[in-house]
Order: sequence, then structure tokens, then C-alpha cells
Amino acid sequence: MDLTLSDRHRALQAGLRDFIARHGHRSPPVGGGGGRVRPDRRVLDWQALLIEHGLAARAVPRQYGGYGADPDVLDAAIITEAFNRAGLSPGIQGQGIRMLVPTLLEVGTEAQRRRWIGPTIRGETIWCQGYSEPESGSDLASLRTHARVEDGHFVINGQKIWTSSAHYADMMFLLCRTEPEAPKHEGISYILLSMDTPGIEVRPLPTMTGHATFNEVFFTEARVPVENVVLGRGKGWQVANVTLKHERMLLGDASKLMHRVHRLRALLERVEVDGVALIRRPQWRERFLRLQGEALAMKYHQMRLLGEAAKGEEPGLGVLIVKYVGTVLAWKLTALAVDALGDAGLPYEPHDDVGEDDEATGWYADHMYDLGLIIGGGSSNIQKNIIAERGLGMPREPRVGTS
Amino acid sequence: MEFGPGESQRLFDDALRGALAGRVTPESRRAAAAAGGDAALWQALCELGLAGVLVPEAQGGSGLGMMDAALAAEALGHAAASTPFLGSGVMAPLALRLLGGAAQQEEFLPRLVAGEMRVAIAFAALTGTTGTCDLRLRGERLSGRVTGALDAADATHLMVALPGGEALALLAADAPGVALVPRRSVDRLRPLADLAFESAPVAILPGDARRVLDAARVALAAETLGAAQSMLDGAVAYAGQRRQFGRPIASFQAVKHACAEMAAALEPCRALVWYAAHAQDAPEPEARMLAAQAKAHLDEVGREVARGATEVYGGMGFTELLGLPFWFKRIMANRQLLGGPERCRDDAALAQGMS
Repeated sequence: MDLTLSDRHRALQAGLRDFIARHGHRSPPVGGGGGRVRPDRRVLDWQALLIEHGLAARAVPRQYGGYGADPDVLDAAIITEAFNRAGLSPGIQGQGIRMLVPTLLEVGTEAQRRRWIGPTIRGETIWCQGYSEPESGSDLASLRTHARVEDGHFVINGQKIWTSSAHYADMMFLLCRTEPEAPKHEGISYILLSMDTPGIEVRPLPTMTGHATFNEVFFTEARVPVENVVLGRGKGWQVANVTLKHERMLLGDASKLMHRVHRLRALLERVEVDGVALIRRPQWRERFLRLQGEALAMKYHQMRLLGEAAKGEEPGLGVLIVKYVGTVLAWKLTALAVDALGDAGLPYEPHDDVGEDDEATGWYADHMYDLGLIIGGGSSNIQKNIIAERGLGMPREPRVGTS
Repeated sequence: MEFGPGESQRLFDDALRGALAGRVTPESRRAAAAAGGDAALWQALCELGLAGVLVPEAQGGSGLGMMDAALAAEALGHAAASTPFLGSGVMAPLALRLLGGAAQQEEFLPRLVAGEMRVAIAFAALTGTTGTCDLRLRGERLSGRVTGALDAADATHLMVALPGGEALALLAADAPGVALVPRRSVDRLRPLADLAFESAPVAILPGDARRVLDAARVALAAETLGAAQSMLDGAVAYAGQRRQFGRPIASFQAVKHACAEMAAALEPCRALVWYAAHAQDAPEPEARMLAAQAKAHLDEVGREVARGATEVYGGMGFTELLGLPFWFKRIMANRQLLGGPERCRDDAALAQGMS
């Protein structure tokens, strides 16, 4: 165990301290519950400042508008840790930046990278993800939204669902079936399209949080140039797996868990019943400490994974469990918070701004949104299949009616 | 930066696991359970240097730290080995190193390294025992009773925590005024003993005895980690071979999800144990909290894995035919030793200013 940082990493820490002291006050408020609104001027300015200092889009090459540092997992961890500790916004975290950009860097054409990466990392172009369909959830590869090719265009028909941010997104990365004769996984293409394309209709889908974060998206003869395909026709499943890999890491951020543990402790110290703070009551303290133990395990587990990634080791079981464990634990932490808030926490007035006016609404919104994260991005039940099959080497279920 | 074992630690771990694989067999465990220990195994492991991990090089040890000791404990738990490592490889050497005087270190540490000195540990004064702990010190004479001493088989010496946690008492097992009553534990591979003293002469090791307790809790957590990992690995392998309804039971989602949940709970424990061990060596301000939380968390996860893995084996897991109960009982007993999870969480609360 050698946790000493290199001179370069220590210099990064010093630079972060300096940046936070000089510019920290310019950070927009830190919001929970996913991107609910389009980034405003303050968010865009903060993002530009972060990119300029190499604190966002750090490893995105300069020719695409990034900072151009060599990719380094420790750099990323040090930055995240410093921002979390200072309570500053880490910049825009949308699906465009966290999922599309790494995907284009890995498998996009030069023209696609030049056209899309710059505006996406600056927050000028907002993306949504067109994956799930009403009949294709966990079995994503069975998707039915389809496109025929006509005059150099894909002509798209079908329906997507659970599309976060579609109501204000500029662009979508879409999975749709373009090769109806090919086997299930080989008939899908990954297509970039403008949400202004005629024939696209977005309908908000109310969720239990009361926030309009999800949508249904309907396609009727929507025409998109064929050059907007990524990696080529029929390669969409391969591209999607690149993207999902990035999503699995996105959903299990241990420093976010620890931040929540600290907030939870503060809440238990503040809430009193019959004049006694909950943290002084054994039942509440015991519940808190059990969750703290779980969160500590995930905190150090993430450090272990970072160390392994830094050495270039192949990710294995350790990475596969992160989404499942992290999202369930996040939910358990907010569950204790809403219990601590008790009956007085029930008044619930959510609004579609980034933050909430009152703490109770914030905890409840997070609690319900956390359940969405348990389900989305590969539900817990699917994660357990992945852990068992890829992590433990157990056999797949015999398939019924493979097509 | 390297989080986790370094190159030399991995080499020692491989050597230890290799030695254990050759020596710890189903037959040797049964024999140890019947005899209340495996003296030959401990002697062989001492020759490998296991008792000297925490002993400074000046006294013949290898001068390593808790990270190394935790890795060794994990390997011992994985093998369900019957050894006095916790008492004679972790607690006694650490107590002498942290609290002992130079003369005591010179006298005892080389004998620990050689395996000639084996120390039963009675820490009930610090761990919230449900048994008896009624100890009185007058000058350098100890009287009273304490139950549940660890690693008492073949013990040459006794180390007793005194009420208040400000000192430890060390004495020979055959000193005048000492009575030792062996107790067979639910974990037959780790026998216990009840101790009684009648004005027995002791040497006092003054200082914060809780640091020894912290380290021992990390070692127990590591041991439970190894035992649980062994049970899970075994369950996954067994499920791949056992066929019902015309296919391996490992292909049924119910079995897969049970194993996935165990793996998901257990895998992050490894880093928690490593870091808690590392924190003891530093020592970090959070070292006590981390030791208590690591023990409590592994107690909880260990219990779930022990049950879940046994369920995968079905009736075979419940019998002694495959020897599975050795691991099950190790995990079950470790949970109660040196403070169960509730007590550990109480200590973790105190250590982070909640009272």
C-alpha cells in the first residue's frame, strides 16, 4: 500500500487549491436529480473556465476543444474529490459529455469528432440518449424503431421512452434497426440526429419525483443523412456497448456517496425529537453507522479500482459490481434521510429548477430519483446477471426463441 | 501510488497460501478440531516467518505492518486453518512493540518469532463481554476471573487487558495462582479458555491497549473476508457442477443472483480491510473508527455470505461431508470475538465524536 502521490499529482492538488480559492465563488449551485433544465449562462461560463484550467474535458484532445492532457484516472479522481469537498459544481455532467464524447473519441470519424465534441463539452449542444423502447427495456437489442435508407437518408419510424432531457436537448444519439434481415444484434445502427428534424415529437413523461425529466419520443418519417451513422450500418450494438461502459462508471461515484454520508450525519445531528437529536438515539445511530460502513467499503473500493486502472489492469468483477452496489446504497442513504425527516418532512413542493427550496423536498426528490437510477442504465436484476456471468463466470440462462 | 498489496506482499501471500494448501486438508482440520489445535502447522508457519510479521528485525522478525498481517489473516481464513496467529502473531507482538519496555521486547519477541512462546489473549475488559470480567490488580499481582480467552491451546503465556484500557498484564501460563479451564468453542479450530487468578504475579505493559484491540479487529475482519471468499468461490464452483432439471444449477437465475449479491457485498470489503490495516500503521486519526467499522461490516457481510453460500450447496452444505461448516463456524465465531458488530459500531461512534 503506497498512497503517496507523484510530484505531478501533488502539483495538480496545489493548482486545485489555488483555483478554488480564486474562482470557487463563480460556481453555480450543485444540483441533484439529473439535468432538469438547460444550462444557463452561469453554468456555461463555469464550464468554459473549467475547460480552460483542465478541470473539465481534461483528456479531450485540444483539436476537439478539450484541454489535451494525457488520460489519467488519478487526475480525474483528485479533481472530483477536491470539487466535492469544496461543494463546487464539477461542471456539466450530461449524457453528451459523459457518454457521447468518449464514444466518439473511441469510434467516431474525424469529421464527427470535429463537428460535435467541441460544442458538446462547452455545453452548447445538449444530447439525449435514444435507447429504450416500450417493448425493449432490459432486452435492448430487441428494439424495433427502424429506418429505411432513401436518397442518402435514414427515414426513421418508431418510439423511444425514458428519454432524459429530450424536452430541451438539441441532439440525440439513437439506436435503431436499419438491417431488418440481419441477426438481432447485427441489425442496429447508432445514429446522431437533430431534435429539430421534422417528424420528431417529444411528450413529457411524468415520473414519481414530479420533475419533468423523462420523455417519450415519437419518430414519423424523420429523415437523417446517412453520414450521421457512427462506425457504420449494423455496428450500433458495438457502439452502444462502448457507451454503456461509460454509463456504468457514471452511476457509481463513491465520492458522491461519501458526500451524502456527511450530509446525512449533519441531518441526524440537527433533527430533534422530544428535545433529543436523532444522532444521540441508539436506533438512529446504529442505522447511520451500518450505512457508513457500507459507504466506506465503496470509497476504498473505488480507490482500489483507480489504482488498478492506473496500472492498466483489465477491469473485472470489481468494476461490474459498482453500478448495482452504488445505486442501491445511494437509495438506502436517502431512505434514512427521509425517515429522519419524519412526518414533518412530508410537505413536498418540487420544481424544475436545479435545486429545491426546502431540504425535505430535496431529500425526497433524491430518494425517488435514486430508485430511477437503480432501474435505469441496466436495472439491478440485469446487473446481477452481468456480475454472475462476466464476473463469476457462471453460465447464461438458456435462451428462448433467439432471433 | 499503489492501493493494495505491493509486489513483495503478493509474493509472501503466494508463499503462505501455497504452504497452507499443502498442509491444511480436510483431515488436518478434523484432527485439529478434535485435538483443539494444530501445533505442527503453527511451527511450520513460524519457520515461514508468520509469527515475525509484526516483530522488528532487531528481534528476529521481518518488521512489517498491519497490511501484511491482514493479508496473512485473510489467507488463514481462506484456508480455515487452526492457528494462534491472532494472539501470537498479531496481538502479543504488537502489544510488546507498542507498550512493552526494551527488556520485555528483547526477552519475548524472539521467542514469539520462533513459535516457542504462544500467548492466550483475554481482552474482555475492553470488548463489552457478555461473560465474566472481574479483575483486580494490586501492585503487580492479579486476582479475579475472565472468560473467553483466545488462542489458549498450548499457550505458554497469558496477556490480559486490565479494566480502563490503560495497561496490559503479561504472565506465564504456569505462574502460581493461575487456573486455565479450556472451553471448546462453536469454532472448534479456535479453542477458548476461562481464566482465574489468585494473586498471580504479572508484568505490566502500560499504554493505550486499545490500539492492540484495533489491530486485532482488522485481523479478524481480514480472516472473515478470506473465509467468506473461500465459501463463495466454493459455492460458485459447486453450482457449476451440480446438475438438476438437466442443467447446472449455476445456470438458474435464482442461484446466479444469490451468488452475484454475495460477490457484490464481499468484493468492496477487500479494499476496506486493506485501508483499515494501512491506517493502523500510519497511524491515522481515523484508524480506530476504520478498524471498528471494518470488523462490524465484515461481521455482517460474512454472516450473509456464510448462509448464502451454504444454501447454494443445499443439503451437502449442511452436512460435514464437504467440511463446509469449518468456514461457516469460523465466520460465526469471529463475529462475536473482540466485540460483535453492535459493540464495534458503538466504538466507531465514539471514535468519531458521537456520544
